[in-house]
Amino acid sequence: MTTDTDNRGAKGDILLEMKDVEIDGFSDERWHKIVKGVDLTLRRGEVMGLIGESGAGKSTLGKAAMGYAQPGCMIKSGTIMFDGIDLMALSETEKRKLWGSRIAYVAQSAAASFNPAHRLIDQTVEATIDHGINGETEAKTDAVELYGSLQLPDPENIGTRYPHQVSGGQLQRIMTAMAMSPRPDLIIFDEPTTALDVTTQVEVLVAMRDIVEKFNTAAIYITHDLAVVAQMADFIKVLRYGDEVEEGETRQMLSEPKEDYTKTLWSVRALHKDESPSEDIALSIKNVDAAYGNTVKVLHDVSINIPRGRTVSVVGESGSGKSTTARVITGLLPPMKGSIEFNGQPLPAALKDRNKDQLRRIQMIYQMADTAMNPKQTVAEIIGRPLEFYHDLRGRKRDGRVAQLLEMIELDDSFMDRLPGELSGGQKQRICIARALAADPEVIICDEVTSALDQIVQEGILKLLLRLQKELNITYLFITHDIAVVTAISDEIVVMFQGQVVEQGLKSQILSPPFPDYTQLLLSSVPEMDPDWLDKLVDERS
Amino acid sequence: MHPVLYTVLQRLGLGLLTLFIVSIIIFSSIALLPGDFGQQVLGQAALPETVEAFRRELGLDKPAWLRYIDWIAAVLQGDLGTSFSGRASSGADASRSVWELVAPRLSNTLFLAGFTALIAVPLSLFLGITAALKRNSIYDRSVNAVTLTTISFPEFFLAYLLIVVLAGIFPTLSNVTPDMSLGDRILKIALPALTMTLVIVAHMMRMTRAALINLLASPYIEMAQLKGASRAKVIIKHALPNAWAPIATVIAFNLAYLVVGVVVVEVVFVYPGIGQLMVDSVSSRDIPVAQACALIFAATYILLNLMADVIGIVTNPRLLHPR
Amino acid sequence: MTEEPQSYSAAGEVGQVRLRRSYGERVWIALKKAPISAWFGMIVIAIYAFVAIFGPFLAPYGEAEVFAKADEPWTMFGGNPAHFFGTDQIGRDVLTRLIYGARNTIGIALVTTLLSFLIGGTLGLVAAINRSWLDQFLSRGVDVLMSIPSLIFALMLLSIFGSSIPSLVMIIAVLDSTRVFRLTRSVAANVVVMDYVEAARLRGEGIGWVMRKEILPNIMPPLVAEFGLRFSFVFLTIASLSFLGLGIQPPTADWGSMVRDGSRFIQFVAYDWTLALPSLLPAGAVALLTVAVNFVVDWFLHKTSGLRDDH
Repeated sequence: MTTDTDNRGAKGDILLEMKDVEIDGFSDERWHKIVKGVDLTLRRGEVMGLIGESGAGKSTLGKAAMGYAQPGCMIKSGTIMFDGIDLMALSETEKRKLWGSRIAYVAQSAAASFNPAHRLIDQTVEATIDHGINGETEAKTDAVELYGSLQLPDPENIGTRYPHQVSGGQLQRIMTAMAMSPRPDLIIFDEPTTALDVTTQVEVLVAMRDIVEKFNTAAIYITHDLAVVAQMADFIKVLRYGDEVEEGETRQMLSEPKEDYTKTLWSVRALHKDESPSEDIALSIKNVDAAYGNTVKVLHDVSINIPRGRTVSVVGESGSGKSTTARVITGLLPPMKGSIEFNGQPLPAALKDRNKDQLRRIQMIYQMADTAMNPKQTVAEIIGRPLEFYHDLRGRKRDGRVAQLLEMIELDDSFMDRLPGELSGGQKQRICIARALAADPEVIICDEVTSALDQIVQEGILKLLLRLQKELNITYLFITHDIAVVTAISDEIVVMFQGQVVEQGLKSQILSPPFPDYTQLLLSSVPEMDPDWLDKLVDERS
Repeated sequence: MHPVLYTVLQRLGLGLLTLFIVSIIIFSSIALLPGDFGQQVLGQAALPETVEAFRRELGLDKPAWLRYIDWIAAVLQGDLGTSFSGRASSGADASRSVWELVAPRLSNTLFLAGFTALIAVPLSLFLGITAALKRNSIYDRSVNAVTLTTISFPEFFLAYLLIVVLAGIFPTLSNVTPDMSLGDRILKIALPALTMTLVIVAHMMRMTRAALINLLASPYIEMAQLKGASRAKVIIKHALPNAWAPIATVIAFNLAYLVVGVVVVEVVFVYPGIGQLMVDSVSSRDIPVAQACALIFAATYILLNLMADVIGIVTNPRLLHPR
Repeated sequence: MTEEPQSYSAAGEVGQVRLRRSYGERVWIALKKAPISAWFGMIVIAIYAFVAIFGPFLAPYGEAEVFAKADEPWTMFGGNPAHFFGTDQIGRDVLTRLIYGARNTIGIALVTTLLSFLIGGTLGLVAAINRSWLDQFLSRGVDVLMSIPSLIFALMLLSIFGSSIPSLVMIIAVLDSTRVFRLTRSVAANVVVMDYVEAARLRGEGIGWVMRKEILPNIMPPLVAEFGLRFSFVFLTIASLSFLGLGIQPPTADWGSMVRDGSRFIQFVAYDWTLALPSLLPAGAVALLTVAVNFVVDWFLHKTSGLRDDH
């Protein structure tokens, strides 16, 4: 084989072969294995999906495919052959000749990965010119064409802008153009759409898939979202804790996964709750307008009714005002206009005007369990504080109740003296649930409680929440952008867009036609576990 | 208005406001003087009429805001008032104008500080940048250990160490006079300049290194590497355009530090600069001179920081290329 | 539910979790891995503390005891063995003055730093939680105070209030508290926005509880490091002011003034370097302590900041 770019192999030849790759990372004062001996073979023109939960080592493995170990990591052993070249044997300088010419990388955060000081087009063609693949004029003309085929608006001129002047979805597409500009043999996509809203994600996915197909480029697509990878990849490799679980052709993996672990990745979509209507309203907000700092109005005439013992999900993309609604209910952001009623009684607008009992009845669970618990307090202190504060339980009584609560959330009293840092993500979220339960609340506001969690853990948390609802008749206000979660647990759904309620109703009503425009867009943009979903969607929309 | 211009003007306005408040603080110091101050300056034997005349000259019979306006108007015209020293209890007045005292010393100090900056700035930028690029090499570690040690040293300790080592080569007293040639002057200030260079380089090198390492940790730098850009190119094309603001801040901060550090060094080497003058005026409680010196130091300090901010603003791509 | 994942249980769930280690274990691991510089620093600080506390028992003579022979040189170069480091210009034993100097200089610097943390830390915390006009007022005030170099400001204030130890302590503490204020405010502001603080407020906790239990424990590491840095800065400032003749006044023994007293030989150092010793010894004593503190702080910052500078 030769490194000459003109002499590319035929489709189906092996392009990348990794054997028994082990990668170590350093954290918490010790080295530990991130990738534990994984094999990977990729042929020309193929797209491999690398999927796994956080800590699976997929991103580390993806970068290793370039012969690159990020700071704090080292490739300990194994072989990485790229088109017959042993990457492990190359010097940094030699590897740089391949990077940006034959192997390209698309990062997760486009906003941070573009240099703020240079125009987008200069960054797009930089590697192409540097590696002598194309002259400046040709490279730029080509870049404009790439922008066009990636469906960017005004492809002629968008390149003259600076990174902060275009939107996140556009940046992500420009980064794809940047990767494609030198016409590499291989592109590594590292969670390229994770930071985007669903409606934006669809556009980016379509653009990326089409362009990879058009130039017949091989790609590794890293993500934690199976439905996304199903649209992009020819075959899928599942990783867990740095080991390979299984690998297979996409359709086959989706229809009949072999390993139990792979099956669990689907499971949340199998979770289902039958809706039950109710007219007994526990909490309602009426005609609320709210603004930050009296200037930027973020809620416009929002009214939501939350029936007792039921789950109301508020869905919307970032900026839709769903989290602000939660802040209004908790009293952190007193509304400019409108009122909140709790059990038929008006609730004081500001937090400081509410009494202890009113505060006790409405509890909150946060998205990031990491930041929702004081890292310097033990589990017993975290759960015990509301017991002391609201119910005046102290000493042994308090500890007894803490143990009971721990059992309710399927943990045990061995956790009492642990610090949050010594818990896993799912355990942390459970402790937060226990803290909310300790107050004996009537309503719990759940703000994206599962979106930072891995699929299998999500499912456990959702099941727990449903069980608690059944046992304790708790009312949930569930704020989320994840339609799968909404279908799983809601009774009613509220759709929000740009600070307004688009519609509210029973789950079955909202999720079946006829749809208002925005609901239609939102629902159709949620990737489905069907490899043909994206094609169908493109057909429908065009 | 262009956002860059707007932000710069805003910052300049803020700088002026700060100067104004600082001048008020410095001015109020005279108002805080104990009542028998005239007696102290003029001596116990002074007649009540002489003390009264002195109080009137200071304007202590007028309301404070009026005195401030008089004072600041005079200062703006270059009149810093009259020194307290040289006054006798008899009422005879041999005192000199503050400006007369300050001017020659100010130029001496500027000479010393300027000379030091000329050596220290390029040297520390070089050391800081190379240390950041060769992070964790033996070079980096040793430069780091040495500078961590020198920043902990008081200026006078460094000065005496240098005196012990270099006393045979350079003069230990820096008593320059106006009629000296440039060569002699430089020889005379070699030791104080070297002392300050050591202190400033240590600070500045560490700050440059930290600022650059921070910058090099940005995702867009990793992206540039993954595009196969050479090390030199990553630095020059991707890091440098974003480095002006932090580097300007580092330089301004350290020049300001230099302005302060000069006080102790001037005293050690008996250098006739403004720092020495301020110390003398404080020990003899010659308030007008002390005020003038403080005002000069503070103004320099504020101006330097203002300059760094302005450089940061005009090199910020987000402000240069608004949406 | 169609499929029950067999292996899943919440308690058995693993992930990227910190190892369970007790506080003692973590301290021990940290100490074992401490670099030589940090060990050196800790040992030096311990020795200084010992000398400062037990000074009167260690010193051969009284603090201001005057002996007949002034300006005696160092023993090693043929001086009087009764005065190991010789005597100063009015005949006081230099070793004794050095030992008492430790007590006075370190003691005053420590009191000043504590005071400056009390002022700056409290106001910084309040500003971080309050975030309204009070925060604006304090922050702008601190900006103005910090726009005057602190040594110059101190000199000016000393010219007004005179150089007594209480005014020295007050002036430096107030000026230095501006820096403590800024740091406390900025680290506390990062903690105030955390969800657990919001959770405590939603629970209805009072501001005192939130400050004490939720914020303070989480901003301790940077504050402790800052305490070290501020201490060495205050210590240097006091030594410098004393050196300038405007700090601690005689007959109280202190290192800065001792440097100043020794400086009268400066012209002759070219002929006999030992004449630099009367200045170099106390100056070195100052330098050694600040170096030691900086070494320890550097290591501590490295440990706690999470900045993985090592790889």
